[in-house]
Amino acid sequence: MRFLLFIALLLLPLPAAAQGAIQTLLQTHAEDLANPSRRTIQPVIDDLAASGLPQMPDFLEAWADRRVVQRDADGLFFYGERDGDVYVLRSVEDGSEAGEVGRREASELRPNAGVRRLIATALVQFQLNDPDPERRRAALDALSRNATPELLDPLRASIPTEQNAQIRARKEALERLITLRYGEDQAARLAAIEYLSGGVSLEARAALNNVLTTEIVIGAPGAETNVARQLRIGTDIAEDQALALLAEEGVEVADVSRADRDAVLIANIEDGAVSGLPVASLASETRRWEAYDVLARSGVAPQRAGPDAVSELLAANPIYEVYDEPDPAITAAAATALDEVNARVARAQAADLGLDALSLASIYFLAAIGLAITFGVMGVINMAHGEFIMIGAYTGYVVQQIVPDYTVSLIIALPLAFVVAAAAGVALERLVIRHLLHRPLETLLATFGISVALQQIFKNIFGTQAVPLTSPDWLAGAWTLNDVIGISYIRIAIFVLALMFLGLLVYILRRTRLGLEVRAVTQNPGMAASLGIDPDRVGMATFALGSGIAGVAGVAIGLFAQVTSEMGSGYIVQSFMTVVVGGVGSVLGTLIGAGMIGGLQKGIEWLNPSNTLAAQTYMILFIILFIQFRPRGIIAQKGRFVQ
Amino acid sequence: MTDVSVSPSSGRKYSGEREGLAPRSRPLIQRPDVLIFLAILALVTICATVLAQMGYVSTSTVKLLGKTLCLCLAALAMDLVWGYTGILSLGHFAFFGIGGYAIGMWLMWDRTELIVLETLAQNPLPPTPLEIEEAIGAQIFGVVGSTEIPWLWAFAGSLPVQLAAAVLVPGLIALVFGWLAFRSRVAGVYLSILTQAGTLALSLWLFQNDSGLRGNNGLSGLQNLPGLDDVPQSTISLWFLWASALALGGAYLLASWTVSGRFGSVLRGIRDDEARVRFLGYEVEHYKLAIFTGTAMATGIAGALYYPQAGIVNPAEIAPIASIYLAVWVAIGGRGRLYGAVIGAAFVSLLSSWFTGGGAPDIDLGFYEIKWTDWWLVLLGLTFVLVTLFAPKGLGGLVDLWTHRRSTRVDDLGPDQGSLRAEEDRP
Repeated sequence: MRFLLFIALLLLPLPAAAQGAIQTLLQTHAEDLANPSRRTIQPVIDDLAASGLPQMPDFLEAWADRRVVQRDADGLFFYGERDGDVYVLRSVEDGSEAGEVGRREASELRPNAGVRRLIATALVQFQLNDPDPERRRAALDALSRNATPELLDPLRASIPTEQNAQIRARKEALERLITLRYGEDQAARLAAIEYLSGGVSLEARAALNNVLTTEIVIGAPGAETNVARQLRIGTDIAEDQALALLAEEGVEVADVSRADRDAVLIANIEDGAVSGLPVASLASETRRWEAYDVLARSGVAPQRAGPDAVSELLAANPIYEVYDEPDPAITAAAATALDEVNARVARAQAADLGLDALSLASIYFLAAIGLAITFGVMGVINMAHGEFIMIGAYTGYVVQQIVPDYTVSLIIALPLAFVVAAAAGVALERLVIRHLLHRPLETLLATFGISVALQQIFKNIFGTQAVPLTSPDWLAGAWTLNDVIGISYIRIAIFVLALMFLGLLVYILRRTRLGLEVRAVTQNPGMAASLGIDPDRVGMATFALGSGIAGVAGVAIGLFAQVTSEMGSGYIVQSFMTVVVGGVGSVLGTLIGAGMIGGLQKGIEWLNPSNTLAAQTYMILFIILFIQFRPRGIIAQKGRFVQ
Repeated sequence: MTDVSVSPSSGRKYSGEREGLAPRSRPLIQRPDVLIFLAILALVTICATVLAQMGYVSTSTVKLLGKTLCLCLAALAMDLVWGYTGILSLGHFAFFGIGGYAIGMWLMWDRTELIVLETLAQNPLPPTPLEIEEAIGAQIFGVVGSTEIPWLWAFAGSLPVQLAAAVLVPGLIALVFGWLAFRSRVAGVYLSILTQAGTLALSLWLFQNDSGLRGNNGLSGLQNLPGLDDVPQSTISLWFLWASALALGGAYLLASWTVSGRFGSVLRGIRDDEARVRFLGYEVEHYKLAIFTGTAMATGIAGALYYPQAGIVNPAEIAPIASIYLAVWVAIGGRGRLYGAVIGAAFVSLLSSWFTGGGAPDIDLGFYEIKWTDWWLVLLGLTFVLVTLFAPKGLGGLVDLWTHRRSTRVDDLGPDQGSLRAEEDRP
């Protein structure tokens, strides 16, 4: 076949004028193109790439994608698309139609995986210089995922001509990463390390860690090796781990395990006794070792090594960690750079933690502020407050079922949740709480009964499964400053929402008639009443306001957490804690309390990241202790009627 | 506002002439409520025993009865601390759970030890203590991926120590918590919320695998008493029924004695007006601490009797909601009277298992079928609100109607006011 082709090529005097530059070039390598192999194709690809023809990237891409056919009749190459029994041919020069050819009259070029990788590498240099910035970015992404030393030269070549500053920076960063990893020149690699020590990106950290990989070597290392450190027994490595490492390397300790010992003892039971000791007496570890030692002395079993033998063995076989990288200057520089980077990462993490805490605090603020003002005005704890959060979230869900557009439904849901939850709050106040005035413990329990009933009713209506409350697309992403600091837009939105309600509440309490009355009733209900303020009306208004805010908080929480009938009870204890720590009836106190609880929770989670349950336990214990020192919260209520 | 006229200086025992104050001058055993209560308790226990022996009552029913008696004991303790002293503790069920854990540790350890010994006896060599311990560790803590025996289990093999722990650990926790709280004058709703938070903290801690108590698996297989494998469960359930009944009877006597003396008068005084009692020279904190700690210990005993009948104890049992239900039982039964708490606990918990167990017939409304397994909690919640609003005396109030006795106490429930505001009449 190949021979025939060759003959055909020779026999057909091809009119050179009819061929474009690319076809001519291809024809010079026709043999290799038709039957490529990994070993022989590299010079061909290099030649093709070096030609500088503008159509070359398209051709290489098509070639790698197996979209190139060779017409058997004349050996010319075309882009071919299979259509039933024919290939629709297009010219490799300009993509114009070039007729059709039967399925059997042309052969597809089928480069294997190895060849395609080589083609892809060659393609990169075209892509890196592609006029379309998006394609350049895509090429860089591919490059960073799959860096090989061959790509270093095309990458370097592409940097000076790069016009886009952003892409150029990325190219330079990538160039340094690859230099550090595969470069030969010490100075260039040191420069790369120096450059990497200035960032916090995951890529940079991975590259530095890559330089610092080590392996365990037993016995004194040679002068040439780049030793990281010697592992000292007890401080760097536990004794049994060291022994295990030695055993892996073939240095065995003449140690008898308990299982070995027992096997020997069992094998040597004679007439109910082992070496004269009755079996029944071997009911303790020391007795068993004694019996074993007797056997060992008589030569039946191997002597066991004493503790001295183990330490001697460990002393004779020091364990070293040795860098895979042979150059000590590079590893030392990389270690220093990594320390610098880690310090910066730690600072960035602290900032990220701060953002998280702020976001958590704003959620707690929204959930707790209603509780705080109703507690302040009416002196009662509303255990069903968490259920108003749930009602708000389910309102959002129902609105989304009716209005499919997420943005519009959110705009409708927020005020509607306020209204629905406020109405529920007023109903609760009118029907239950009003009748239990001045009996706070009864109120607590009665509202708990309401809470149980509401949870179960919602469970019966909406099912036990969590229902989705989807956020609109523009809230879906996250704002990322770098690889460490990032916060989702939803949390930013909740923060803004909390700020809005903070402003609204401060305005209502400080600047309106209602606020004046609320403050009066909070400070001294009797005096306020005698001055003509109706405490009933004020109580109802605050209850509506507080419940409504809880409803809005429910929509906000539902956007990032699950909406279930039990979601409220998850927040109620935290809300109480916020109120208790902050002080009753004070917006500022609630704000500080929410900040403290949010910060504390995130802080404890950071100290013990594997265990968020423990974080809550410690936080509650802390609050119990905190109450010891400030029983009335941070912003304590003042007045003659405060006990 | 209160009929409890206490006078610390005289040192005289207060003896009320009026009916209903249960003066100590009359021996406990002659008081009608004590007599009737003990008689009913004895009757129920004996009837259950006889019927069970004759085969009319299943073992699970006997267990249900025994468990209910334990819950009644916990409710009795709750009544003392809330109904009589006015401390709404939302954490007493945590003590119940701790008692269960303490006894459960011994049950589990000892039983595992027996099994392990049996297995190791197959070996030609007699087992060493180290081998036994390792085998037990692997058996018990395998589920949480560990074979280490946590320090909490140091004395798990000793029944006396674990029995003592079932009483003393709740007592100690209550003592420390109560001392911290009462010392800084935390009272009213603040205290309720704090006890709830403490309970939540405990249950979250127990949920962790590294707490040493098998995480959310809890302790299981507690219904099997070690070494008594050949005694059938029907017999064991009767033993526990009797033990529960004895504990409840004894606790009732002790509680009646406590609340009828001067101590009880001070407690009611604290409930009705804490500041006034303090100004009269009483160390209010000591009284509160004593009753808080004492009831915690009693609840621990109740838990230690309950969980061997239930068979399993896990952190979900300790969740704050359980403690609130305890308060609900007492409120529905009628707080401030001992038999009220017992009636409430028995009535609501039995009714609850009837409804949730599918015992109650579903009601078909044509357009909607009310399934009681779904709607029972709604019914309970709303009933509870209605009881709080309209029948603050609870089921115990029915007893008043039956005995034609107008409540001679002026205000036996007290204003029950919170810590934050003084009593003020509505304008």
